[in-house]
Amino acid sequence: MTSQLEIKNLHVSVEGREILKGLSLTVNQGEVHAIMGPNGSGKSTLAYTLSGHPKYLVTDGEVLLNGENILELSPDERARKGLFLAFQYPVAVPGVSMANFLRLAYRSVHGNPSKPESRREEVLSIPKFRKMMREKMAMLKVDESFATRYLNEGFSGGEKKRAEILQMAVLEPEIAILDETDSGLDIDALRVVSEGVNLLRGPKLGLLVITHYQRILNYIKPQFVHVLVDGVILQSGGPELALELEEKGYESLVKGDSHV
Amino acid sequence: MPARRLARSGIRGLYWVSETPSVCTITTNFLRFRGVKFRGRFKQAMTQALSIQTQPLVSAATVEQISNSRNEPAWLRKARAEAWAVYEQTPMPTLNDELWRRTDISTLKLDRLSSAFDAPSATPTQSVDELPEGLKRMLDVGEAEAAGYLAQVDGGAMFNWLNDDLRAQGVIFTDLETAAREHAPLLRDYFMTSAVPPTYGKFEALHGALWTGGVFLYVPQGVKVALPFRAGIWQQTARAGLFPHTLIIADAGSEFTYIEAYGSETQPEPAMSDHAVELFLKEGANLTFVTLQNWGRHTYSLGAQRAMLDRDATLQWVIGTLGSKVTKTHHEIFMLGPGSTGNIHGFYFADANQHLDHHTQQDHFAGHSTTDLLFKGVLKDKARTIYQGLIHVHKNAQRSDAYQANRNLNLSARARADSIPGLEIEANDVRCTHGATVGQVDDEQMFYLRSRGLSEAHAQRLIVEGFFEPLMDRIPLESARVKLREAIQEKLGAF
Repeated sequence: MTSQLEIKNLHVSVEGREILKGLSLTVNQGEVHAIMGPNGSGKSTLAYTLSGHPKYLVTDGEVLLNGENILELSPDERARKGLFLAFQYPVAVPGVSMANFLRLAYRSVHGNPSKPESRREEVLSIPKFRKMMREKMAMLKVDESFATRYLNEGFSGGEKKRAEILQMAVLEPEIAILDETDSGLDIDALRVVSEGVNLLRGPKLGLLVITHYQRILNYIKPQFVHVLVDGVILQSGGPELALELEEKGYESLVKGDSHV
Repeated sequence: MPARRLARSGIRGLYWVSETPSVCTITTNFLRFRGVKFRGRFKQAMTQALSIQTQPLVSAATVEQISNSRNEPAWLRKARAEAWAVYEQTPMPTLNDELWRRTDISTLKLDRLSSAFDAPSATPTQSVDELPEGLKRMLDVGEAEAAGYLAQVDGGAMFNWLNDDLRAQGVIFTDLETAAREHAPLLRDYFMTSAVPPTYGKFEALHGALWTGGVFLYVPQGVKVALPFRAGIWQQTARAGLFPHTLIIADAGSEFTYIEAYGSETQPEPAMSDHAVELFLKEGANLTFVTLQNWGRHTYSLGAQRAMLDRDATLQWVIGTLGSKVTKTHHEIFMLGPGSTGNIHGFYFADANQHLDHHTQQDHFAGHSTTDLLFKGVLKDKARTIYQGLIHVHKNAQRSDAYQANRNLNLSARARADSIPGLEIEANDVRCTHGATVGQVDDEQMFYLRSRGLSEAHAQRLIVEGFFEPLMDRIPLESARVKLREAIQEKLGAF
């Protein structure tokens, strides 16, 4: 069965102010969607709402993952159903090693008895998990020291984003949201991180790439591009839409928008 | 209750009645309890069952009894008597005393405590197998290598072992009672004379009068020992009042590690441990001293610990508190020689109704000395913790460098952490920093971890473990670290 993330008429408020005003979007497993939007358009609100941050209040609409409404689920339940968010600002957790954290996370996501996939059961043992993690680290060209370092503590901007992609690689989500993964990265770091994401692309992963700038889309090429302005998808199209935006800016679209 | 049935029933099964010992009447002929008179061997059984002592633990008679039963030399006998006199003259600390303002000790009933030091459980043994299970676990006997072991139960030295090579090099690792007989000159100079004298306070005076067992470790000049010395102090007898004492002399240039642990299973009736630790580090000595307290939840844990550092001595001091009902302990470091360094790392984790009160003092008497102190605590349920610390730089201690920090992570709205850092500086060319924080679990950290599939309980556990982790690195023995992590996980609750 193919997984599917369906967002229907999503309205979200933060501290009493409505940020998302009826957003609809469908991402299928295997597809890469990009959401582009100017500052304040609701990009991060969308990312946090999908993964269940308690600060974001859904006032209307639905988010279905494989047909099930996930809005009532806790962040960890959503993760266990195959959703992943690569944070724009990954949080440091001092004293917790990446390896220890990843193993716990992996066990939480895949150790569910209701998901008896034998291969995954196998990697639950510590040595097997370590082997799998080392393989993923090698694949993503992540330095081995990542495993023993404390989670995101003292990581550079580039290291944090690579650590996010490593987590995504290990946890093997069905739908992943990349929230401004390109922010704060220089061109070399951006290339390295994007190459990592591309290695994970495939028929089993649906990707929602949220970005302000078009440049990450030179590396992670989307099939669908959506423009988010003032809490709604204003326009959708193919990869050419991103280039058009890069050339003309958001202003050209916003002008025609009655909200502004 | 018919006397016949009582005689057959085990002592253990009768403990519940002993919560109200005041209803008993004892005469030379009989014991009356709930209207029934017990005579002869029934009286004896009942006395035992109710743990009734005709002589209270805290009394001049007990002081004398200890001296007599151990056939103590005159100087020690005198020292006990003097300590008892100080005890009698010193008022009981109250909430009006600065260092006791947040810990009410009036709930501790000293007259209900029993002496356990001559109980069968405190009888020496040659075999590790005869130690109580919990003590064996705590000491890791057979699991990890050690330079020596010392195990005490109820204030009696039960088991002692020291590596032969070290003994040949002049290392002494024995109980204090033995040391008092065999190494009197050394003991007379150091035992409760300058680090923790009876005049230190009410409970230190009581300790000086009633101590038994004890640990004595002497490492001669220049001797370096790679494996740790290990001691386990265990309480078994109900309502025991214990007075454990640790005296360590690290002679010039010596280098070693000592790990001690206090523990017991939780019992229905209150017990008390009133301990003292005296550490002497001679010139250039390098000591790693780890003290871990995991008493059962029935225990009042009181005590004073003081380290005295001579020139260029280095102390790595780890203090861990997980157990007890009430803890009130003092931890002081005296920087007596220039170039001395003290790193003090403490951690505590209070849950349920635990009340843990730590007081630290960094006293810089000599210049060019450095202390670095960090105490970290976690609280949950209705726990209460107090950290009170003072850096005192004395007049002539120029170019001292002192740091003091207390960090608390509060997991519950009903728990409360007090943090009272303090500075007193009489010299003008020093560097002193202190800071204190009490915080909750960070919401963004929780969300981040939960977004990776970790349940709320898992995420919280990981954050707490991470909070303690830098301190775990300070504990120089993997098996001890493993046990501490387990103890912390147990406190966090199974999931």
